[in-house]
Amino acid sequence: MSAKYQKVGYYPGCALEGTGHAYNRSTKALGKKLGLDLVEVKNWNCCGAMEVKNIDPKLQSYLSSRVMSIAANEMGLDTVMAPCNGCYHNLKKAEYDLANDPATIETVEKLSGKAGHKAYQAEQVETIHALDWIKQAIGEDGIRERVKNSLSGLKIANYYGCMYTRPRHIFPEKDQGGDSESTLQPHYMDDLLAAAGAEIVDYPLKTACCGGAHTLADSDISTKLVLNLLRTAETCGADVIATECPTCHSGLEMHQIRAETEFQQKTKPVILYFTQLLGLALGVKPKKLGIHENISDALPLLKSRNLA
Amino acid sequence: MPIHEKTLIRPENLRVQESLEIDGVDVSGHWSTFIESRAITDYNEAIEDEVAALPGGEYIHRCWQCGSCTNSCTVNAINAEFNPRHWIYLVRIGMESELLRDKEIIWQCVSCNKCTYACPRDVNPEGVMKSLAHWLELKGHTEKSPAQHFDEVFAGQVFATGKIEEGRIIRAFFARTGQALRQDWLMVMAKRLVRHLPLKMMIAMGIGTMFQPKTRGWGRARAAIAEHIAEQKARERKALGLTD
Repeated sequence: MSAKYQKVGYYPGCALEGTGHAYNRSTKALGKKLGLDLVEVKNWNCCGAMEVKNIDPKLQSYLSSRVMSIAANEMGLDTVMAPCNGCYHNLKKAEYDLANDPATIETVEKLSGKAGHKAYQAEQVETIHALDWIKQAIGEDGIRERVKNSLSGLKIANYYGCMYTRPRHIFPEKDQGGDSESTLQPHYMDDLLAAAGAEIVDYPLKTACCGGAHTLADSDISTKLVLNLLRTAETCGADVIATECPTCHSGLEMHQIRAETEFQQKTKPVILYFTQLLGLALGVKPKKLGIHENISDALPLLKSRNLA
Repeated sequence: MPIHEKTLIRPENLRVQESLEIDGVDVSGHWSTFIESRAITDYNEAIEDEVAALPGGEYIHRCWQCGSCTNSCTVNAINAEFNPRHWIYLVRIGMESELLRDKEIIWQCVSCNKCTYACPRDVNPEGVMKSLAHWLELKGHTEKSPAQHFDEVFAGQVFATGKIEEGRIIRAFFARTGQALRQDWLMVMAKRLVRHLPLKMMIAMGIGTMFQPKTRGWGRARAAIAEHIAEQKARERKALGLTD
């Protein structure tokens, strides 16, 4: 396999230090198991999440650019890997705006100067998602060679959410044919989990919305959207919904419970991060992957399949 | 999926007579429903420029009404009254009174960006929804929406410390919107969260919530952001013709 992404800057983001703790833990454990080097970006800040852009999109670009500036100018990194869709999306958005929008460049330069750090310049670093990282650094063959406990028999629906693929223009490397990622039918998670032996179900709602932006502000809409995701996965025969974003993941967990307690709608699929599933297949202990930290209880299912 | 379109005929303008005869012709009942004609004279031609002056609304003028946004919309699939194409139309022709009929739902856009993906004219309809919600609030047509409260609580923490801590956000948001923190479903969630956790870890998590995460040396960034926001707000108010 190519030497690409063997050492990357790691930007966990706020959610991975809170509700997405298990994603942080399993990403690190997976990197360690695969011999990949994760160097955490020093003294990082919030990327702006989904809220700051509603105050002012240019401020979101500034916040995201500061993270990339530290990685490039203070740590000499050429790649930043973000496992959270929100962080990944915002860094990509800032990258796009800093290459194309003079007003954003002006704001970022002004704010960076006042804040006392070098302003980030477009193309200093490449931002990638945790899926790009594993897919490029290890690949399906690399996973296949290393599988200790095949996920065979486990039926998985892969859920990518909104921010991994939309809007298209901030992801110029996607939709390039060949093995590149698709914005309409993303497949990196499908490829990797299939290589780990899982049975991937044909899930039509891969890039549907979980309502994460209004998970508390408009809980009923979020519950309806999540219930649709869960019911459809169930209908497709999935035991597991695999996620690659802490907001989607906690949204699915939270509104699965809310649908149960407030609307008496019980659904079966358990929710696991793709890093947890890959880790299990590679023989990492469930505890090291934070599976006991998930609210959605996957342990009975995993035990029944001899995976935990 | 077909687009549900809104009717411009208001229910209060429909006239059905129980018994009416005009020139010897019986025009009673449902089959002879009349629509009271109305002349619209109160166009507000400033709205488009005002919406375009707020972040996200910059490209509203590009719209050619194809309806791809509404067709792809996540919220429209749940509530057919939520119709971005229709609102862009109303803003562009200045039909303020029609727009205000939907003022309480415009903030419900979930920012999934399906519209932005589908739009052939790069209108950025998602941004337009945000600028429109913002316009309604600045003009005093609506109270701050729950989403606006959430954005302010969240962004406020980011601006203050450089990072957020979710527990603090949830508590602050519930307090601001007058909701009880002890929601049944939150309690069930908390119980399930701790189900498999060792005591050691729960204690560590409890202690963790007492310390607010911070980016070191954030003071200068905080001051620069505060200054930027003050300038931005002044620009927005000026564009909307508002004085303090």
